[in-house]
Amino acid sequence: MDAWSRFLDTFFKPDLIRHYLPSIAIGTLTTIEIGMAIVVTGIALGLVLAVVRTFRILPINVILVACVDIMRALPPIVLVLLVYFGLPNIGVNVPSFAVLWIVLSLVLAAFAEEILWAGILSIPKGQWETARSTGFGFFSTLIYIVLPQAMRLTVPPLTNRTLAITKNTALGTAIGVPEILNQATTGQSFSGNATPLMMGAIAYVILFIPVVGLGRFLETRFRWSRA
Amino acid sequence: MTAPILEIRGLRKSFGHVEVLRGIDLAVSPQELVFIIGPSGSGKSTLLRCCNRLEEPSAGTIFIDGVNLLDRRTDINAMRRQIGMVFQSFNLYPHLTALSNVSLALRKVVRKSRAEAETLALAALARVGLREKAKSYPSELSGGQQQRVAIARALALEPTIMLFDEPTSALDPELVGSVLGVMRELKQDGMTMLVVSHEMRFARDAADRVIFMDHGAVVEEAPPAEIFASPREARTRAFIAELTR
Repeated sequence: MDAWSRFLDTFFKPDLIRHYLPSIAIGTLTTIEIGMAIVVTGIALGLVLAVVRTFRILPINVILVACVDIMRALPPIVLVLLVYFGLPNIGVNVPSFAVLWIVLSLVLAAFAEEILWAGILSIPKGQWETARSTGFGFFSTLIYIVLPQAMRLTVPPLTNRTLAITKNTALGTAIGVPEILNQATTGQSFSGNATPLMMGAIAYVILFIPVVGLGRFLETRFRWSRA
Repeated sequence: MTAPILEIRGLRKSFGHVEVLRGIDLAVSPQELVFIIGPSGSGKSTLLRCCNRLEEPSAGTIFIDGVNLLDRRTDINAMRRQIGMVFQSFNLYPHLTALSNVSLALRKVVRKSRAEAETLALAALARVGLREKAKSYPSELSGGQQQRVAIARALALEPTIMLFDEPTSALDPELVGSVLGVMRELKQDGMTMLVVSHEMRFARDAADRVIFMDHGAVVEEAPPAEIFASPREARTRAFIAELTR
């Protein structure tokens, strides 16, 4: 057997591809489901936290920043394992799907809050003053003038962070969420061949390349040249 | 004599230990254009910013059209609609077209329908000669055009008084004229205006009264012809000599 066919036999074995295609497909759907759930709840929560922070109520902001920093400091796998294996000991059983969703949503929310907060701070004071001078209150200035600009400015970092965190759905494999990597490693153990893992890798690429493209599109779509 | 649109009495403002305004008294009558000049740091901008409470005065009273601006029961957001403000740096909303810049407050603050707000916004843009730029974004406009859109944005709310905070200081010299032209028309239409600016020629032509401020106090006030030709105070004389050198 020459090197080329050995390579093909290890990573692209046709009968294994056929055999594991359905389970990788199911894994892909699971990853999409969790990924979308994380993006929606994570960014929404991050936005709410950033808005809460603009009210500059000291005790609330101290707690908020502390929580955000903890979420950003901890490796997500630590949180996933802690919640999944820890909570049952105090009688709380959370399904593995939900653990992954909640933990990664909180991590994304923490990063999104920081990014959006930086975006809000980068809007010049004159924008606030002008809006206030035409009768907008604090909150409506935030909603109609500041946030629309802050969100456009933060599309690139937000997209990057969202990608990084939704890719972490692969951590679900550690707690038995039937996502792509879980399906792939299961296939690999049963077949003793790397083909299912390669299929998993390809599934991730197919899944995430369009998201990267979408980020790029949003970035140009919402850009305005600044005078 | 008619009651003043703006009446300021004993206005003081401190930032920390620094007293920027030390007891200002000033009344602006309907349709009057009052011009404030003075060296930088004299408190002109702070005075203007107190008039719509972008700065919170430390003491004194401000009445706008008979309403006590500093009363806690006064709805400041409602009052601010009556007080048009134009800033040195234009401050257009960069993510919105000229039309939306002008119509946003009409829609979201005054709560007019989109159609009604846009009709009024177009009329305001027409008043500053920029109706055809309604669909342009601020980045596509010159500085003079941006400032005129900013004036339209304030005008659209039908203010009873307009405050101008160095409206032409950030403009290239060749663009100043278009903004001053709009201000001159506003004056002719009977708008009450309080203007902080260094445009002495404009002050001479258009102002009813010129106020010279220094170190947070009014040093001298007089009609423009008088104050420019024969200022009473030495400080005024020195400042005007410096400017017209």
